[in-house]
Amino acid sequence: MFKAIITELLDMSFEFTEWYAEVVKNDTILNYKGAVSKDDIAELLAKIEIELERKDEDIKVIRKIYNIAVEILQNLFHHSDSLKGEDKKVCAFILKDFEDNKYALITGNYIKKNKLRLLKDRLDQINFLNSEELKVLYKIVLNNQQFSEKGGGGLGMIDVARKSGSKILYNFYEFDNDYYFYTFSVAI
Amino acid sequence: MDPIKIEGTRKTPEVRFDSETGMIEIEGRSIPENSIEFYKPLVDWLDEYSNNPTKKTVVNIKLEYFNTSSSKCILDVFKKLETIFKNEQDVVINWYYEEDDEDMLEAGEDYQSILKIPFKMIEMEE
Repeated sequence: MFKAIITELLDMSFEFTEWYAEVVKNDTILNYKGAVSKDDIAELLAKIEIELERKDEDIKVIRKIYNIAVEILQNLFHHSDSLKGEDKKVCAFILKDFEDNKYALITGNYIKKNKLRLLKDRLDQINFLNSEELKVLYKIVLNNQQFSEKGGGGLGMIDVARKSGSKILYNFYEFDNDYYFYTFSVAI
Repeated sequence: MDPIKIEGTRKTPEVRFDSETGMIEIEGRSIPENSIEFYKPLVDWLDEYSNNPTKKTVVNIKLEYFNTSSSKCILDVFKKLETIFKNEQDVVINWYYEEDDEDMLEAGEDYQSILKIPFKMIEMEE
């Protein structure tokens, strides 16, 4: 479903409003767009719990979605970029129903062009590994003492892949000479 | 040494460290955006405590959720405790997890495999 949306939009110049409208069109449980503050993260997490409890979802599934949502929301908080000349960041966060009784968590945010290759490389590495290998990588990264300048441990996406047990779907849409719009989606 | 008593919030856990009794407890949710800020005083406290620990240190970790940024800080906490254990003092880490929370059990086992310190995995009934 999400893949189809990506393909459809691939050849067009990127328009956030259109992309967002397409993604939230069907099966959306919760959606948010705008800058993501610490308080927004707390409120979105609380809403996720409320919505999933209202659907009588299994506690194990709620825990997984909550955990993954924490990581991807904090990725938006730490790593999204605001466009040149804009004060506010434009981010998107969506929880929706997905095929086979699953859920999809989707995010979108702008990043500076110079981050693209390293990010893509990391995503490809994580997608390349099986669950046992992800466990090994997680422990290696956990046990090295380095923190990034923003305090992130470099573990977030490995954890998302481990907990979801599915591959990460991502895309980069060229926005202008300096920025790309990065979309991220994982099924749970 | 003064004990540490911190109330839990929606993003940070309740913390009770007591050098008199040797009880070290962290409970609740640990999902702050900047976990170093939260955990540094705890690691510093343990650093001082490790110079003169009580005969037996009991560590109770009862986490409902923790983010990956906390996971490194929790490892730092455990490494201080490992130092105490390596100095031939009695230390045990009780890692609590809710019934059927396989991810939390696995997280405890990840720590157990990295550290040379006794771990006890304790399943709590809901």
